[in-house]
Amino acid sequence: MAAAENYPADLKYHSEHDWARIEGAEAVFGITWKAQDMLGELVFFQPPAVGAEIAKDAVYGEIESVKAVSDLVAPLSGKVVAINEKVESAPETINDDPYGEGWLVRVELADPGEAEGLLDVEAYKQLLSEE
Amino acid sequence: MGTGYLALTDADREAMLQAIGVASIEELFADIPEQVRLKRELELPPPASELEVERELSALASRNVDNGRELSFLGAGVYDHYVPAIVEAVISRPEFLTAYTPYQPELSQGLLQAIFEYQTVICELTGMEVSNASGYDGATVAADACFMAAHATGRKKIAVAETVNPQVRQVIKTYAPGFGLEIVEVPHFGGVTDPEVFLTAAQDAAAAIFQQPNFFGCLEAAPDLARAASEAGALAVAHVDPLSLGVLEAPGNYGCQIAIGEGQAAGNRLSFGGPHFGFLAAKKDLIRRMPGRISGQTVDRAGRRGFVLTFQTREQHIRREKATSNITTNQSLCALAGLVYLSWLGPRGLRELGETCLGLTELAKSKIGLPLAFEAPVFKEFAVRTNRPSEEVVREAKKLGVNPGYPLGRDHPGLEDVLLIALTEKRSPADVERLAEVLAEVTA
Amino acid sequence: MSEWCELPLIFERSKPGRSAYSLPRYELPKAEVPAALARTEAPRLPELAEPDLARHFSALAERNFGIDSGFYPLGSCTMKYNPRLNERLAALPGFADLHPHQSPEDAQGALELCYQLQQALAEISGLDAVTLQPAAGSQGELTGLMLVRAYFQDRGELEQRRKVVVPDTAHGTNPASVTMSGFELQPVKTDARGNLDLEDLRRVVGPDTAALMLTNPSTLGLFEEGIVELARIFHEVGALLYYDGANLNAVCGISRPGDMGFDVVHFNLHKTFSTPHGGGGPGAGPVAVRRALEPFLPVPRIVRSKDGAFSLDSELPKSIGRVRGFLGPFGVLVKAYAFIRVYGPALKEMSEAAVLNANYLLSRLKDVYELRYDRLCKHEFVLSAAALKREHGISALDVAKRLMDYDIHPPTVYFPLVVPEALMIEPTETESLETLDAFVDAMRRIAAEAADTPELLHEAPHGRSVERLDEAAAVKRAIVRYEPE
Repeated sequence: MAAAENYPADLKYHSEHDWARIEGAEAVFGITWKAQDMLGELVFFQPPAVGAEIAKDAVYGEIESVKAVSDLVAPLSGKVVAINEKVESAPETINDDPYGEGWLVRVELADPGEAEGLLDVEAYKQLLSEE
Repeated sequence: MGTGYLALTDADREAMLQAIGVASIEELFADIPEQVRLKRELELPPPASELEVERELSALASRNVDNGRELSFLGAGVYDHYVPAIVEAVISRPEFLTAYTPYQPELSQGLLQAIFEYQTVICELTGMEVSNASGYDGATVAADACFMAAHATGRKKIAVAETVNPQVRQVIKTYAPGFGLEIVEVPHFGGVTDPEVFLTAAQDAAAAIFQQPNFFGCLEAAPDLARAASEAGALAVAHVDPLSLGVLEAPGNYGCQIAIGEGQAAGNRLSFGGPHFGFLAAKKDLIRRMPGRISGQTVDRAGRRGFVLTFQTREQHIRREKATSNITTNQSLCALAGLVYLSWLGPRGLRELGETCLGLTELAKSKIGLPLAFEAPVFKEFAVRTNRPSEEVVREAKKLGVNPGYPLGRDHPGLEDVLLIALTEKRSPADVERLAEVLAEVTA
Repeated sequence: MSEWCELPLIFERSKPGRSAYSLPRYELPKAEVPAALARTEAPRLPELAEPDLARHFSALAERNFGIDSGFYPLGSCTMKYNPRLNERLAALPGFADLHPHQSPEDAQGALELCYQLQQALAEISGLDAVTLQPAAGSQGELTGLMLVRAYFQDRGELEQRRKVVVPDTAHGTNPASVTMSGFELQPVKTDARGNLDLEDLRRVVGPDTAALMLTNPSTLGLFEEGIVELARIFHEVGALLYYDGANLNAVCGISRPGDMGFDVVHFNLHKTFSTPHGGGGPGAGPVAVRRALEPFLPVPRIVRSKDGAFSLDSELPKSIGRVRGFLGPFGVLVKAYAFIRVYGPALKEMSEAAVLNANYLLSRLKDVYELRYDRLCKHEFVLSAAALKREHGISALDVAKRLMDYDIHPPTVYFPLVVPEALMIEPTETESLETLDAFVDAMRRIAAEAADTPELLHEAPHGRSVERLDEAAAVKRAIVRYEPE
């Protein structure tokens, strides 16, 4: 069941349609409703290795639908501490629940101050309306 | 004039120009700058009728000495096996012959299912789990395998046995600079590859490639070579003759990760070197590294089984510069011929064919009174020393109506007196007797 | 609605003990392979008698659509009629039963044919030397870029020249070939008229540029109006121009790539010169070059001596080497040569008819489908279903699938990427006015249906052997071979 369009207010957004939920020294990353809608039904998630260092604005993995491949862009820098195995085995979970069950990686943040540079929900919605 | 292929009448043209709103055909080309237009006729021979073209090309064909005009024992990568009539009947069906790539699955279930069946047959032959829909030939699939292995291992070296078909090695070397690969050739000892030497060469390599039977016709200690490659952390790649796999073990069953080969022998005529097809099969974990098309099974809205081109995100039309290859057009019709042929043979026919090749080769070895160049066991090809340059032997034997084989000195310095003789089921014991007579005469 | 049922796989028709093969059984000495190398378990190939084989493949053929089945306006693929004469000629024993290792003196007819084809392709492209070796257009592209690489290496400029410029309208093969040949991709944009954006180009072309890869007419079916200036920009910095011959059908005998300023050209013989595509190949991708690049062409080269005899030369020290086995896909070359012989200089009429047919369709469809670049087209054009999508939720894919209900093969969809909901239509020269009109009627009716009965389009096609297939399930289940129970 595909989710209805929504953008939670408690998330920080990256202009490449990625989100971060900051939880103290860690954050969870995923892709937004808009991103999964543009891609269509997702069929493959190529995650980074646990323990990998990823950098803000750089590519940390890939997701694929049948007809498109999309780079995953890290909203923040840090070290990967967990990946969502459910999404690995059932990538369509992202379509069903992009902000919940469909999270992608959990990261130990290198510099929590980086979050200042991300968009809040209003700014992200503004960006979507301009695209 | 060639206009028999064009359907527009003068009246049609006039009506169409009017609909477009231009006065002449020339106006349709107004966007081409004056200085780049051709202001003369193409300098080509004048148009010809079908009959004249047939006459002209038939005359060219008659100037070739084809296998119907001499008793030929040429092999060296391309083999004169029998092509059953059913193969030609199937591949000349216009629904296959005149179709494009099956981009629209609802109009292409015939081909997509045939490709799926082809993939299965290739996997069964080679002991692999995934196969693509075909590559250009037995040489380019080797380059594909190198590219796959380099990405899978992150290594940049390729070890290839010197007993691999020289054209295959040449193609790998041509592709290597673009891929940033270094190619190391592994010398042979007595016509076969030493697993210890192979192991040393395979250190730090992405892939270690050998051929079974090898270019000299000899059987390599293939399981030992595969083990050596794996021990060095390289992917073991076997280049195999599909028609040997009724009697020889499948590479997937002795530790290879990739199996490749030239498919010509399976249902494709010699045709002066092409079009033929290359096959490429691998273990399942390499599926996302595979180049080329893959047909996959799925269901339609009504729940019926159907087939689609799948894992397309590997390919150039989606992943562009990050694709696993630039290949689009492959050798679909030639691979279809391969499927029909292998289905015609079945497992028993394949085995019987292999046994016939083994028996004929054994017979030829015993009848031909020339020393063997190598001691290793063989399948359908073997090499003899001819006491004199084998090019001369070939030239003189041809005067007697026999083409006795391939002079190995052409690409192996030091083997100028060695002749490679190939036998298929199209050569009878009487043909072998004739070959023995002629070789005796020209080497005396 | 459909009367089609699932067709068994050939393996599902199989029964142990059956076989179709028929091979001679000779009295031969017993010979076995060493036990360590012997097959332990027979491959599970199909086991059928020949009548059932014939029926199986006949049933598969019935579930496939070729040019002989109906109109096939698949943009960029030049699906023209394939003359049957050419099949007969390629099957002549003197060609089909000729071993590629035959001594050149006993293969003079085959070598002469190849040589004459090289001459013809050189003349058609306006360039100097040709290799017939590449197996397909994409391998021709790669070969072309390898030649560019070897040329700059020879001049000591390879370290400096890293970039190959490719427009955003290019076929995916272009960027993929750039990577495979070890260069870096430099994309450039298309301007408001559908030409390459010369401003963008001037900004990116410099001493690090190795080449431009260009399809002309472009994948939009538009001739590059700035071609002369464009060639100058590249040649001024010492870079080369590469011509992707996918769209050569528009300009044979009218404008030659060599005269436009291109240095390297690949042909798709299975497009322009009508060799049948066989459901995905075989093709052929010969490459023509300017004199300065000739020393780098693949080996062996066909050489004609003064007495008219042909031989092969492999001793060319600057050659990039070999890109495929032997001389090339010879059987395909025979068919293309026969096609060129039938037309001769009248190839110009072929291209004129192709362009006339395309412009006729364009003129009759542009009021019902959006046209982003409103110009005369060459051999093909790109419409957009974006308005249908906006107004009725009908996508280019729906239009494509509905065309099948009119017994027409769909155009290429969603390409080029610069046009949303793209429908890329290439009629070719071999279609009659009646066929073109039937296509126009179908396209116009589909546009009307989009408003009136959109569900008809969403559910299309009707009455084919399958309905729309679940492509996501195909990837996730990854069933790519038959597994016996």
